[in-house]
Order: sequence, then structure tokens, then C-alpha cells
Amino acid sequence: MKCGILFSGGKDSVFATYLAKKSGNEITCLITIISENPDSYMFHTPSISKVKKQAEVMNVPLITQKTKGEKEEELIDLENVIKKAKEIYGIEAIVTGSVESAYQASRVQKICDKLNLDCFNPLWQKDQFELLNDLIESNFKIIITGVFAYPLNEKWLGRKIDQIFIRDVLPLVGKYKINPAGEGGEFESYVLDCPLFSRELKIKKTDASGKQNSWRMEIDLV
Amino acid sequence: MILIIKICNKRFHYYEFIKPIEDVLKKNKIEFQTIHYKNVSDMLLKTAEKIIISGTSLKDNGFVKDISYFNWIKEKNKPILGICGGMHILGLIFDGELKKQQEIGLTNVELKKEFLGFIGNIEVYELHNFYAISNEFEIFGKSKKCPQAVKHNNKPFFGVLFHPEVRNKDLIVNFVNI
Repeated sequence: MKCGILFSGGKDSVFATYLAKKSGNEITCLITIISENPDSYMFHTPSISKVKKQAEVMNVPLITQKTKGEKEEELIDLENVIKKAKEIYGIEAIVTGSVESAYQASRVQKICDKLNLDCFNPLWQKDQFELLNDLIESNFKIIITGVFAYPLNEKWLGRKIDQIFIRDVLPLVGKYKINPAGEGGEFESYVLDCPLFSRELKIKKTDASGKQNSWRMEIDLV
Repeated sequence: MILIIKICNKRFHYYEFIKPIEDVLKKNKIEFQTIHYKNVSDMLLKTAEKIIISGTSLKDNGFVKDISYFNWIKEKNKPILGICGGMHILGLIFDGELKKQQEIGLTNVELKKEFLGFIGNIEVYELHNFYAISNEFEIFGKSKKCPQAVKHNNKPFFGVLFHPEVRNKDLIVNFVNI
């Protein structure tokens, strides 16, 4: 099927793209919502230039849509951009990286139903450690670009998701209810390399900002 | 062995509608086998202790026109749990009609009688555009819009319109343990 991917550049949406391709679907376009609201219910807030680089190394067209990120308005923006993807690229289905959020998943389902598109959520209900292990085994190179919950701090920024990361995050799961895959918005991640990329993206410089348990790292790519 | 009957006709839906059911069984160390409805054999139906019929996506409803593949249900007396599309199938096989009704997302369901270990008001996850209820089934619970939990009057056949593999995973475990 011709699939449009709701794409943030983080581990979940890139892994969903990978599974879509592996299952024989065509990755027809990537759809990225740029939210001006850092606390959006629906969307992570990647920098557009970073997502563009990923689309480039995947050789897939990218459609972007800005939204003010206010609760219902951002859903209208999402519907409009999916409609545009259907008109321009003839997509037949939407793929998301939703794991646990019923709010997010049900909003996308409703939009797809209205636009007569199928909807695929290949990470739905997936065990968080299984997800992290699958990413490592599938040769994904991912770094942490944001942390947003106690006791996470700036020391986590720039860390690679590997077995040592899993080892360190494990004790926080029981003690602080940290979701190891960051689905509750504890972590933001960025994929530097995976089997869908023609080459690895290299970091030129990073710039961290934040305070206490809320930190974000901007990346400049080569 | 628990037999999971997959009603998805698009392979990629496996991850969303089948794997979460398999994961609940795996976590509880319950042996299972998964098969597409077109590949079900008499042998498999015979060896299965209990049967779970899955749901699938809103657009993937080819199983409705393939309903004759499920005629074996009438001959069986072993426990069957139909989830969403699986509940449509139980209704249709016993001469129920498909009715249009959409519910998507978290919804409240009132169970007036105990149903696979659940009773009272529960929050469930919904994803359907239709439902089908046969006169041969008793309604145990409803949402504001339509019946949500049913059981056959004489056979151990259970149907839920909501998705217990998303919220209320214990319902699947309780079904396996009846």
C-alpha cells in the first residue's frame, strides 16, 4: 500500500516507517507537523531542518504543516495536511508510531476514517523494553535530544540508545514510573542512522538548554 | 492451546490487532497458535482448548463478505471470545444484522452482570464503525451507544465490541482461565 507516515524524526515514527517498508508497503511520503506549542497533546516538536535531512537520506518526499498547537485546532491542521498528502501523492494509508496514547491514536483514526484512508499503528501496545531492544537489534542509531521528567537531567542529553542506556533506565521504571521508551513524553529522541537511510547523519555541534528536569538539545548536522 | 483467529486481510495490521493479544498470552505463559480465518483447519479447531477471534482496522472489513468461512462456529461448544470484528462475526453467524455505529477511543461501559471477571463501570478502548447482535446472545454491558459485552444463551461464546488487548487486558486472561 502507498503509505504516508506521521513523522517526527524520533525513534517511534522512524521504526514504524521501517516496519511498514519491511511488511512490503511503499513509503510514499513523510508528513511532519511543526507545533509552535512545546506542550502539544499530539505532536513532538522537532526542528524542521533535522527532519528534512532524514527525508533526504531516505529519498522520500516530505510534507510539513505548521500548527499553533492548540488542542482542537491542531487536529484540523493535521487533517488538512493528511488530505494534502492524499491529493498530491495518492496515499492509501497513514502509518503512526503510537504506542500507548489512546488520545493520539483515536484522533488519527477518526481523521483517517473521515478521509477514507486505512490506518496502521505497528507499535501499538508494544512492550517498552522490547521496543528498545528491537531498535538496537535493527541497527538504529538514536540519540536522546530531550528529557522532561524527574529524575532525568542534562546528563542524559546526547546519550545513545544502547544496552547501557537500557541498563541505566531500568531502575527508574519502578522507582519513578519513568517509561523506558519515553512514550509518556519523558524523552525526545532523534534517529541518526537506520537501515532506511542511505548514509549516517553526523553531528557538527550541539547546544543544550533547560533547567532541572527539563532539557532540550539542539543539533546541527554536517 | 489457545487458537487466535486473525481476521486482518492486510498483513501489516498484525502488529496492531494480533500481536497485543499474543503478548498478553505470552506474558501469562499461555500456549497459543495464530492462524488466518481462511486457513483454519478441522484439526486446529479440534486441538484448540479455546478460541479467540481478533478484530481489525476500520477499513479492513473483508471478513464480513467472507462470513461463510466461520460456519464452523455453529458446530462448536468450546469457549470462543470474539473481539470487535470477532464479535460482529459471532452476531452474524447467529443471524444478527450489521448495524452502523461508530465509537473510537476511550469510552465508558456499564456491565450490569459479571462478565469475565469485570462488573460495573469500566473504561474501554473502542475502534468500530459497526456492531452485530444476535437474539441468541444476552447483553451483559452497554455503552451510551450500543451493546458492548454479550454471551450466547447456551454456549460459552463471549463477545466484546471494545478492545481488551488495549485496556482491560485481564479480560483475555480471565477468558483463558474459565
